[in-house]
Order: sequence, then structure tokens, then C-alpha cells
Amino acid sequence: MEKQPFERPFIKKLQSGMPSKFGMKMHFDPITEIDGLNVKDLIGEYGSPLFILSEKTIRKTLSTAKRAFTTRYPKVQFSWSYKTNYLDAVCSVYHQEGSWAEVVSGFEYDKALSNGIGGKFIIFNGPDKSAEYLEKAIQNNSLIHIDHFDEMYMLNALSDKLNKKPKVAIRVNMDTGIYPKWDRFGFNYENGEAWDAINRIMIGEKLDLVGLHTHIGTFILAANPYKIAAGKLADLAVNIENKYNHNIKYIDMGGGFASRNTLKGAYLPGTDTVPDFDDYAEAITSGLVNSHIKPDKLPLLILETGRALIDDAGYLLGTVLANKRLADGRRSTIMDIGVNLLFTSFWYEHIITPAQPFSHHTEETAIYGPLCMNIDVLRENVDFPLLKKNDHVVIKRIGAYNMTQWLQFITLRPRIVLIDEKGKSHCIRKNETLEIFKAFEKTPEHLLNFKL
Amino acid sequence: MKLKKNIAVSESGFVFDPNSGDSFSMNPFGAEILNLLKQEKDFDKIHDTMTKKYDVPPGEFDKYFLDFIQTLKQFNLIENDD
Repeated sequence: MEKQPFERPFIKKLQSGMPSKFGMKMHFDPITEIDGLNVKDLIGEYGSPLFILSEKTIRKTLSTAKRAFTTRYPKVQFSWSYKTNYLDAVCSVYHQEGSWAEVVSGFEYDKALSNGIGGKFIIFNGPDKSAEYLEKAIQNNSLIHIDHFDEMYMLNALSDKLNKKPKVAIRVNMDTGIYPKWDRFGFNYENGEAWDAINRIMIGEKLDLVGLHTHIGTFILAANPYKIAAGKLADLAVNIENKYNHNIKYIDMGGGFASRNTLKGAYLPGTDTVPDFDDYAEAITSGLVNSHIKPDKLPLLILETGRALIDDAGYLLGTVLANKRLADGRRSTIMDIGVNLLFTSFWYEHIITPAQPFSHHTEETAIYGPLCMNIDVLRENVDFPLLKKNDHVVIKRIGAYNMTQWLQFITLRPRIVLIDEKGKSHCIRKNETLEIFKAFEKTPEHLLNFKL
Repeated sequence: MKLKKNIAVSESGFVFDPNSGDSFSMNPFGAEILNLLKQEKDFDKIHDTMTKKYDVPPGEFDKYFLDFIQTLKQFNLIENDD
């Protein structure tokens, strides 16, 4: 006789009283497949934990975002935010789709060049641009977004040295009615610093002011602040035209669009509350088309969206290491995925889904990672199905930042696999090994021997 | 390892403790084990019954069984051994 499937025995005390307003029952199905490939087989072939990226989802999400903007505005250009996920394979998908590169360091700049991107399609952002890299960017005709006056003076000097007029934009920070107000990057709009910077550039005649840039914040949960920001940049553009008869070629609205993850402490899930691409597009484009910029002089609209474009394409697969009971009687489940790999678990309530069928019974569970560190918590308290040791889980929407902000801490970083549009898997980043890690270290001769 | 007297266990996995007034729900596996305990079956018998019927390695079953018993103790549903 064939044996029946087993689930661990479970008993739960029934609580009477008012239903909790946070007590939305979790109803979800197991994720047994990603783009047609079986999760268990993927783990069998590539190991656990394992990052998966869906090429199909990357292309589809970008196409949705593009449609939202191009149906509302005549000239739109996406530029892939390297820091969000700078795996070569991922960047190449975006570049194949026509995205430029947006980089924020010399390392990222070189990575974009090595991916075959022409210098003039690289936007160079960030507060740390060395003279060496600014010179490289000038020679390559890259678009340099000035963050502070010291950088501007450096560019003036390099312009003299190279006898070349660098193509620049200034980054503008501003009050768009949101909190926190990001004022550490670029020049402030309200106190006149941005206009001052523009005047210095225009009067100095050493730099070619081709654009205006802003990046109002991150995970912006309302679209209207983008309308305010677009309007303020448009006003600057109009003032430049009035005073200098100079038309800027582009307005770069940066990034900051939220993905559909749920922030910690949020009342409702991100899937219900986050604006979609159409909302953001409507706000930005209406801010521009309703400005005083002449219709025949409308600048190119550049978007540096990162998180909202890639988050949905990323999955992290893992395995249950152990179940135990905490002192207060709550269940705790230990996974082989820690905060070292899932950096975003510090601010998202990630949805962790079993990779095999499970019953409707759930238990209040704390989900921990494998690190011997108290901070290694994936979910503090979640109604979670009854999983056994060696069961697998899938964490959705992790494509943004985790594969760049991850840490080599206590454990080594695992493989990353891309599933192509035909459903074929490709390892796009190998797992780290002790040899690779130790190759960076050198122990002085006198420390090589010891007796215990 | 004996279930306290008067504990009512339904077939569908509902448990009522008249001593405390608390009620509990279980999955079918918990209900089956609790019913075996109610019939005063010992650990060996429960182990035998469950591992023959379900696809679970014997060692693994013991682990989940002990954890389940620990939870029953926490909810004051079984007699203390002493």
C-alpha cells in the first residue's frame, strides 16, 4: 500500500475576541515552478540558496514601463541603474532593450564600458567622481551629472586641460512635499543654489549644460511629488532659455519608483498601495507638458528607474534547515537564506512561499536566517504553513539591490541563474569558494606557523 | 504522556479543554495523534501506526512527535509525567 503524504502534527490555540486588523489571512499557492522550470530541480542542479532571474519578466516589465511613458510623451529614454543590479547578463538585457547605462562610481563606469556601451550613452551620477574618471568621461562624451561645486571646479580645470567642453547636467534637489526630503545630493532648488550653479556654468562657458537631473527619493509611494519635481525642472529649463537663449536637451527624472514589495510597518500590502507605471508617467509627463517649455523644444525625458523594473524578476530559493520552538511557545523556522543575501529584508516584509504543496494550517512563526547573529531575521512574526526540514521556499520580488548590496559574511555567496525566454537556465554568476576568498588575503611570513 | 481527563477531541481536529475553557484546532495529523493518546496508546504504538501509514522516515517522525508533545504540555493538555 502506498504511504500517504505527511505533514508535521500541529495544534493551535483559538483566540476569541475582536479579529486583529492586521490579521489578513494568507491565501497563496506554493511556487513549484519559475518560468516553467521546477524549483526543486533548480535547487538540485545549482544548490541552495539560489538566486533566480527571469529574463522574460525583465523584458516584460520594461516594456510596460516604456509603454506608460511613450504613450504620453514624445521623447523618452530609459537608462539602466547599474547599482540596482549590475550583473553583466542583467545589464545586457536592458541594453538589448535600448536602455542606456546610469552609473555612480568609477567601477560601475568601467563595467558599463566593458559591457560594450558607448561612452555617450553613459550617465555618470553620484558624489564620488575622481579626476581620473571625470577625464575618462569627458573623453568619452559621457553625460556628467554634477553633484557639488567642487566637482564643477574640477570639471572646469579638466575642460582647460583637455581643451574640450564636457557635456554636463546638474543634479537638483528640492521640496516635493515628501518626507524625507533628500537634500544631500546636488544643488537645492528652493534656496537658489541650483540657479546659481546654472548661472556659473552658463557664464563660465567651459561646460556644455545639456540637461537637468533630479532624483527625489526612493520607494516613493505617491506619484504627485514627481509632477512637482518635473514642474520645477521645467521652470529652470524655461529660465535658462529666457536668460541665455539656450535649450537644454534632456530632463532626467532619476528613479525612486516603488516596487510592489510591502514596507515594514505598512498597513496594507504593497500590491494594493504602490502606484503603477501609468500613475508615475501621468504625473511626470503632465508636469512637463503643462510647463512653459515651448512644444517644439520639449526635452528628452530620461528615466533611471531601477527597483520597479527588476524587483519582480528576481527570486531567492532556499531550504528549511530546522524548526524549533521559542521560549514563548512560538514556532521558529531557520532557513539557509540570511540577511547577508536578502539585504532588503531589513525594510520589506518579504513574502516567503513554500515550494511544495502545503495544507491550509498555519502557525505563527519567526523566520530566521542561518547566521549566528541576532539580527538575522527574515520575518519577525508571520502566519506560515507547516514546513519540515529540507522543504524548499521561494522568496519573490528580490531582484533589486540584493545582488549588489549582499554581503560575504559568515557564508559564501551562492550562484545566480538566469532563465531565458525559452525556459533554459544559465548560471550567470558562479558561487564563491574559499579559494576565491583567500586569494585576496596575504598572511605575513612570521604568522604562518603556530603550535597549539 | 497521558491526555488530561475531560479533554474533548472531535474528529475534525477541534479540541476543547473544559478545565480552562480554551479551545484549539489541529491539522489531521495532530488530531490522529491526539486520538491515539486519548485511547492511551503508548509512544511505540503511535510511532508504528503513523510511520506505517504516512510517508515519513521513522527518525523524523519522532522529532515532530516530541515537538508536538512539548506543545501539548505548553497548552496544559497532558498530565505531567511525575
